[in-house]
Amino acid sequence: MATAYDIPVKQGDVQKESGAPIVAVKELRKAFGSHKVLNAINLSVNRGETLAVLGRSGTGKSVLLRLIIRLETPDSGSVCIHGENIAGLALDRMGDIRKKIGFLFQHAALYDSLTVAENVAFPLEHHRRDMSRRERDDWVKQLLAEVGMEGDLGKMPSDISGGMQKRVGLARALALKPEILLLDEPTAGLDPISSGEIDDLILKLQRERQMASIVVTHDLHSARTIANRLALLDQGDVVIDGNYEDLQNSDIAFVKEFLKQS
Amino acid sequence: MSNGFTTVSEIGPPQPVRLNPLLSRVLVGVARPVEGFFEWFGSLGIFTWQVLKAAVTPPCEWRELIRQLDEIGSKSLPLVALAGAAIGVVISMEARYSLSRFGAKSMFPATLVYSVIQVMGPIMTGLIVSGRVGAGIGAELASMKVTEQIDAIEASAINPYRLLAATRILACILMLPLLTIAADGCGLLTGWFAQTLVEPLSFHQFIESGFHGATFNAFLPPTFKTAVYGLIIGLIACFQGMRTRGGAEGVGRAATNSVVLASLFVILADVVLVKFILVVFP
Repeated sequence: MATAYDIPVKQGDVQKESGAPIVAVKELRKAFGSHKVLNAINLSVNRGETLAVLGRSGTGKSVLLRLIIRLETPDSGSVCIHGENIAGLALDRMGDIRKKIGFLFQHAALYDSLTVAENVAFPLEHHRRDMSRRERDDWVKQLLAEVGMEGDLGKMPSDISGGMQKRVGLARALALKPEILLLDEPTAGLDPISSGEIDDLILKLQRERQMASIVVTHDLHSARTIANRLALLDQGDVVIDGNYEDLQNSDIAFVKEFLKQS
Repeated sequence: MSNGFTTVSEIGPPQPVRLNPLLSRVLVGVARPVEGFFEWFGSLGIFTWQVLKAAVTPPCEWRELIRQLDEIGSKSLPLVALAGAAIGVVISMEARYSLSRFGAKSMFPATLVYSVIQVMGPIMTGLIVSGRVGAGIGAELASMKVTEQIDAIEASAINPYRLLAATRILACILMLPLLTIAADGCGLLTGWFAQTLVEPLSFHQFIESGFHGATFNAFLPPTFKTAVYGLIIGLIACFQGMRTRGGAEGVGRAATNSVVLASLFVILADVVLVKFILVVFP
């Protein structure tokens, strides 16, 4: 049933329900100066699937997410969203695609001059001008209730803990009802209880919304909990891409070492 | 070389030219700042183009613009008014002393009016705003940059050049002339007041004498040239803020650079604008 909050699909938007992946990364390369970060990697994610990208610090996991939403430009290769290569897209078209992507930044990146509720309302104010103020407020309250922050609407980001900021960041990422969710270290820096809560929340949202998600993390436990597939990066290459059993059965030395240390 | 000619194989590969180590260090030392200078101007040009493109395409960020008009205009007003008042008193004291020496005390009102409105009011307002607003914008945007808030705006399909830069630059352009008028008004008021404490002079008489024979050309261009200062302050502060790298150190550097560069360019622009006004509005 369509609600007042459903995001209208513009003509020309490609809604592929077939087996084609929603996000497809092909031969993607990125270097910063002489430092090669990603070395011709290939990955894809389908609707309702959660891919966890694992690896040591500095292996280009966060850069991969930034390339997918075009906050960085690749040196070569392509990122296709719904089959459309985003590399050469005009800003307007890229904006349409970005509206379908929710991004949770590593440190939440909440706007520090806005309250919790205003942070979540921010994308709606810019892209859902058709919504009345009351509809918007209701939707914001609903989103914050989903992440367990309904009692902190008027608080400033500086007045809430890191875990709470992540929850608000998640609510903001979900505001435009994205089809793709990119999560950069959603449990980093959190205590085990808060990490577990964030994992449960992501799982619940996944079940309810059937988004295509990519979670960057170096927390193997969290990755096992929330992801259907795991991809392990090392020195810019995808060492293995499969489920947890594939990782356990792998003979690759780096995979064994990673599992042993995690 | 039996036949007297050198064969190709005997020539060997070309040898690199070896510079004196001291000379090479001097050349690198000179080249780097020159490269940095051109890189800075090139980046500023690209930034200006991005802001211009964003500013002329809808939607207009009215709410943010109004917030910035308040932030830049209303909140700078007390500081600018106070500085204007102080300048008025200083000019009044200096002018009275100098004019008395030459027996030209009757010229006092005109001297004060012209000094405040044509010279001191605009440049002082420009420098005060470049200090307060330039540092504020530079630090705010730099802090947003290093905490990924600007990336979050872009990831939300909102153009940060339009939302953050265009609104602040436009607010600076609109507010500088108004703040200058306020500074001028305070300067004239306190200048007259300082004069009346020594030698009573009615305000009506002061205004009539001060503005006697004055034309709009004498006062409007100097006041509205501050819109250019506003453009310079807003543009440089936004540019320095949005190109920041690093953490707290980067934020501090952006704030400092914003103030220093904005103040410097305001003074340089004043030289050009004064000449321009003298030629165009004789």
